[in-house]
Order: sequence, then C-alpha cells, then structure tokens
Amino acid sequence: MSLSRREFLKVSAAGAIGGGLLIGFGLPASAKVSDDLTTDAPFAPNAFLRIERSGEVTFVMPVIEMGQGTYTSLPMLIAEELEVDVGKVVIEHSPPDDKVYANPMLGAQITGASTSIRGTYVPLRRAGATARTMLVAAAAQRWNVDPASCTAAEGTVVHAATGRKLGYGSLADAAAMLPVPDEVPLKDPSTFRLIGTPHRRLDTSGKVDGSARYGIDTRLPGMKFALLAQSPTFGGRLLSADDAKAKAVPGVTQVVRLDDAVAVVAIHTWAAKKGLEALAPQWDPGANAKVSTADVVAQLSTASHKAGAIARNDGDALASIGKAAKRIDAVYKQPFLAHAAMEPMNCTVHFTPTSCDIWVGTQVPGFTQTAVMKLTGLQREQVRVHNHLLGGGFGRRLDYDGTVRAVQIARHVEGPLQVIWTREEDIQHDMYRPYYYDRLSAGLDEHGNAFAWWHRITGSSIVARYQPQWIKDGIDPDAVDGSRDQPYGFAHCYVDWVQQEPPGIGTAFWRGVGVTHATFVVESFMDELATAAGKDPLAYRIALLEKNPRAMNVLQVAARNAGWGTPLARGHGRGIALCIGFGSFIAQVVEVAVGKEGEVTPTHIWCAVDCGVQVNPDTIRAQMESGIVFGLSAALYGEITLKDGRVEQTNFGDYRVLRMSETPPIDVDLVKSLEAPGGIGEPGTSCVMPALTNAVFAATGKR
Amino acid sequence: MIMLTINGTTHGVDIPGDMPLLWALRDVMNMTGTKFGCGRGLCGACTIHIDGQPTRSCITPASAAVGRNIATIEAIGATDAGKKIQSAWLALDVPQCGYCQSGQIMSAAALLSRKPRPGDADIDDAMSGNICRCGTYLRIRAAIKHASGGGEQR
Repeated sequence: MSLSRREFLKVSAAGAIGGGLLIGFGLPASAKVSDDLTTDAPFAPNAFLRIERSGEVTFVMPVIEMGQGTYTSLPMLIAEELEVDVGKVVIEHSPPDDKVYANPMLGAQITGASTSIRGTYVPLRRAGATARTMLVAAAAQRWNVDPASCTAAEGTVVHAATGRKLGYGSLADAAAMLPVPDEVPLKDPSTFRLIGTPHRRLDTSGKVDGSARYGIDTRLPGMKFALLAQSPTFGGRLLSADDAKAKAVPGVTQVVRLDDAVAVVAIHTWAAKKGLEALAPQWDPGANAKVSTADVVAQLSTASHKAGAIARNDGDALASIGKAAKRIDAVYKQPFLAHAAMEPMNCTVHFTPTSCDIWVGTQVPGFTQTAVMKLTGLQREQVRVHNHLLGGGFGRRLDYDGTVRAVQIARHVEGPLQVIWTREEDIQHDMYRPYYYDRLSAGLDEHGNAFAWWHRITGSSIVARYQPQWIKDGIDPDAVDGSRDQPYGFAHCYVDWVQQEPPGIGTAFWRGVGVTHATFVVESFMDELATAAGKDPLAYRIALLEKNPRAMNVLQVAARNAGWGTPLARGHGRGIALCIGFGSFIAQVVEVAVGKEGEVTPTHIWCAVDCGVQVNPDTIRAQMESGIVFGLSAALYGEITLKDGRVEQTNFGDYRVLRMSETPPIDVDLVKSLEAPGGIGEPGTSCVMPALTNAVFAATGKR
Repeated sequence: MIMLTINGTTHGVDIPGDMPLLWALRDVMNMTGTKFGCGRGLCGACTIHIDGQPTRSCITPASAAVGRNIATIEAIGATDAGKKIQSAWLALDVPQCGYCQSGQIMSAAALLSRKPRPGDADIDDAMSGNICRCGTYLRIRAAIKHASGGGEQR
C-alpha cells in the first residue's frame, strides 16, 4: 500500500500568537519514502506546496478568499521565491487544520483581522525558497556541479556554464529524497520581480462566467433543500407549526423542528419556501420579548458610569481636565450593524451516523470542524469541511452558527441537504456589530492645545464569547483596539472599558473590528477639540503627532491631494480622519455636499495609504475602494434597530447599502515604504466614517 | 411540464409555473452561475436576460418566460456585448468576492447591447439596481466604458 506523501508531513507544534507559522517540513528518511517514490506521489516539501512530475505546481492556501485578493497575493509570495510563473499555479483551499494552517498572528486557522499578508509574508516566502533550494540541489547533484553555480527561473533550474536546464517536474522525485534545509536565504527585496508589481487577480475568470463555486453552489446527487425560520425574538422558542399544511405543498418532504427554529425540507428551494409559508410557525417570544433599542442604549448609558477596567493611564487625566482652561465632553453612540454579505448564509451537510461532510465558505474551517465534532460526537477525521470561496465575509463567517444550525437540521434528514437562509433570516438573525457607547472628556490649555484625554468605552465583548483566552489582564483587546493606542501625544491619557452585553443579542466581528469602532470615536472627538480651539483640524492633528512621522505623512498626502484649505461652495465641506490599524497608516479626506433638507452626498474621497511593503499594489487600491464603500454604506444608512424583541430591518429595502449612482470618485495614493507589510482589508472602512461625519460638520456645523 | 429556452436550447422542465426562474435554473437545471441575493428584486444578483431585457429572475415566474429566450451568465460570453464586458472585467480586475458579478455583468451586457457608448447617467440608470457589498462600483463603471471603446483606464 502506498501512502500519499502528504501523510508523511510532520507537523511541529510551535508557536501561538506571534510565533512562527507551522510548516510541515521534514520528510522521514525511511525506506518507505523511496517505496513511495515509485507511486505518483508528488514532491510536497511543505504544507503549502506540491510539485507533480508533470511540473504542475499546486499552492494550498492557508487562508480563504472572500474578495480581499489573498488568492493572488499569497501565491505571489510563494512564486517570488520558488521562481515560477504565478499565473500557472493551481490553487487549492486548505483542509481544516488549526495547527498546520494556523494564522501565526491569531494562533488558529483564521482568515480575519487583515492578517493574511502580515502573518504569511515571511513563512510563505520561506516555503517557496525551501522548495526552490531543494530543486536546485537535486539538479546540481544530477549534473555533479556546485548548487551555487545553478539558478532557478520560471520553473526551471539552469546551469549557465554548460547551458543545461531541467524543469521542476523532472526534478521533483530527486528533490523529495533530499533533506529539508533548516535555513534558506530569502531574496533581497531589491531583486523582487513579483512583490510590489501590480498583478492581475488569479480568481477572476470564474467570477465573470458564473463558474466560480461558492458554498451555496454545492450540488450533490440526491441533495435536498431546506429553508428555516428561527425564533423572531432573541431567546424565543417554537410553540407550534402546521406540519400537515407544509407537507401538503408539492415537493415538500419533511419538517424538522428544533427548540428555537424550524426547517422545511423539499426537492427545491421554491417548494421549501412555499412550505415554510404554509407552516406558519408560532413562537413563545421568551424573556426578551419587549426589548427595544432604547433599552439597550439605556443599559449602556447606566453602565458607562461604572468604573471600567483600565487599559491605559498616563499621568492624571481626570485631575488635569478638572484644572484645564477649557473642558470638552462628548458621548458617541454607534448602532448595531448587520454584515449583509451578498451570499446569504447557507451550508450544505451530508450527515450519516459515522460521518459529516460540510460544504461551506468559512473564515474558520478548524473552529467549524471542532464545533461540529462537539455537536455530533463524531471524531475529527469523520467531520470533513470542504471550504469554498466566500460571497463576502466582513466577519460574518468568523462565526459558525450557520453550520451548527445546518447540522442540527441535517441530522434528521436522509442524504445531503442544503440549508439556505432567506435574506430576511440573514439580516434578522445576524450576529451584529455591537452597539458601542463611548464617553470622552478632554482638557485644553489657554492656547487651545489638548493635553489631557479621558475615554470610557462601554459595550459588548465579542472576544469574551469568541476566544476568551484572548482577554488579557481583564481587558478585551478588541474592545480597546485603536483607543488604548490612540496616536495623539497627550501628556495625560486615560482609557478604560466597561463590558455591557445587550440582552440576548449575539454580537460579532465586523469589518475593521475594534479599530473601526475606535477610529470613529477618536477622530470625531479630535475634530471637536480642533473646533473648540478654533484651529484647523489637519494642523491640530499634526501638532500632536510629533512622534509618528508615518501618520503625519499620510495626513499631509491626503490633504494635499484633496486641496485641503482651498475654498468650497456653500453647503459643501471637507472632513479628514486618520486611521492607524492592522499595521497600516491611512488618512482620508471626504468632501460632501449637504442639501437643504440635510441630505448628505459624498462628492469625492481622497485616501493616502502607507501599508509598508506593498505586495500587490492594485489589490491595495481595490481594498481601499472596497473599504470606503462599505464604510459609507454604514455611515449613511446602516442601522439595525430592535422593537418588541425583534430586529426591525428585513432586506436591502430597509437595510440600505450604497449603490452605483451614490458612489463618489475615490483617489487612492500609495505611499512607498519599506516597513513590514500592514493589513489592508479593513482600515479603509475604519477611516471613512469619521472623515464623512467631520465633513458634514464642516459643511453644516452639525455633527 | 414547462418548456424553457435557456441559452438557445429548449428544455422540458418539471416545475410549477409559479416557480421563479432563479430556482428553476439553480435547483433544477443545476446552473448555479445565477445567484440568490435577496429574493425580492432588490439586489440584482439574480439578473438574467429574457429576450435581451435584464430581468430579476428571483421574482420572475417560469411561466412568464415560456416561448421566450432566456440567457444566463453561463452563455453571455457568446454574445458580442457579453464578451466585451467579460474582457473588460478581466482587464480592470473588477471582481472581489465575485458573488454579485454574474448579475452585474448581465446588467452591463444588456446596457452595452442597447447603448454601445453609454455615458455616466446611462450607467447609473442601468447599474444602480445591482448591489455590490465589496464596493466594486468604480471599477464596474470604468470597465463598462472600457468595453464600450471609451478606453478608460483605472
């Protein structure tokens, strides 16, 4: 019996957060290996690469593509060092494995927090360089020459002195016999041929002809379709349902009742939909039957007067503010937000007593597998997660509630089952971005300069539910992210955090996570301080950024591009904001026109980005455009409200998002830098919200 | 049995006449390029052509398409306008997550075949019913102009 080479991969258990990526180096030097070489097993020097005898190169992506461009930028990292044409490689989703495919910044197989490039910039280059070194060594051995006299380019090893060449495919078997080197040199950045050069995305062709497969596109022989209804109130229970009426709908095969949900199974989605209408489920609304947004806000307001866990305490902020020439106070409230990814929640499951196959697009395949094991009692190898492209993530698919729900239903169904959430279910049973309540105070001296800053954050802790071990010293690092480390140089700075959970409502990460929450608060308050001081908002910020030249620079670049300070028509205004997050520095200027009825129209946006080394510059531009449009949707329209214990919004008609005709021109300026690469998927969103509201203030005097 | 002509081929499909074309295509024909987004004609992800007109398949019953020509993303590349739009989408790297792009491309191809040199207002009119949560609108606009020979580069 021959074992696949991949089964020989050794996995070391190094490193959690901040540690090295776990690369499955180390092929065992046993006779078995040479036996194995008589099979078709490919050369797999590590968990990210396979090279077939045909020369075909496969990259296994440790993270998932959800639009952010990692299925291009990560292959660029490997191909840069492996010396292959990035467009010729085959890309494969990684299987669930929280060790082998752990994100070194997050300690598990997670695509999120704008960490993909930051976490893999060195490890994936090392993976490529290791394979290249072994292939060169194999060629040198065959030619009996010094490996240093050989070079690799375009999937071929060349011995220039004699003009000999060998393709990687013909070297794969020999390379697999060689020891894996402990240390390999990485290219000097000055010799990069891919990194830093715009590269076409590798995943586009299937996205223009309908052939790209998302989780919802799973089609299996004999597969049935289910639509579900979950309790409309948070914590409610199913009381009754008219199963007979539902089953009378042609095509409906089954009704599955759960404690807090019910599903109709049918031969197609349409029959399931009609069956669900006929089912007319009745609910016991439970303890949260009367909850409204006002209740949530009142609870937060009360909690915000409690002392919080101290995240930062320089000097004596409160006493200094008491003695200041001028004191400014503010409260900022940010609403619940839904994710509303274009691909509605869905999951396909084939459950048997000894196995559970899952077809889904997820940001957390390992957590998903573990959750299903816990639910079903199956073993790890019995739960197979087949990951797919995501039709948008934005944090929604960092949670696996949709998969757990689908398995709960599919356990009662013979054969494969696709569970789809209607858009209404998707919006009304999201895990929402928390409602945040922030109180701030600042002290200004007689010249208007702010020297003391006090900030209390009150809100839900996503981390406490999601990964409680990430809480350090009683502080949720996400809740205080961007606030604790606000960039302005105040002599006195105090930040604390009060946890207050909304009754029954699940909260979750949303694009920009803690940084988006904090940037809105910090940058809005900075604008208020500048106004109180009678100073220009740009100059006011610059004066407090002495120790932060990268921040200062992006502000100046964005302002210059926007013509900051030049006159504007009446009813127009410009706002500026700075965002430091995910290892990147971003500044934006938003110009708005405000109509007589108060209608806000963004007319132009300028964005300056310093994200360190740029891997794929065009992806950085695309992510800024993307983040800005996402943030504008939230700032202009986004709000989930509660009445009688249920979410009031239902679909894109009342949960509005930005459309083509409303999208202003966006100019993105990439600042050259040799600093370590920063994340770019999220900070565009974080920055635009305060820049917009500051612009509205500039135009109207209202905030 | 309902007779549907999809991408030039006529099929007898065993579905109720009130079934929206979206589900007929996806669940019965296994043509998954047309996407489910909202179910109420609000987002455009399910856009197909019926006799060349962009149509939201999630709210169009199959019975309404009998005797007419249904075109989907799977075959739009066979038309002149569709091919130009797909090429422009590739040239300008429009898609991100890509989920809405089938619908975007169907709306854009219909626009281009109706109006070979659309201006900004035409693009707004034709495309504002198609939501993109990744915010690719600026590239979509540029790509439509690119496809129309306007040659706009990003």
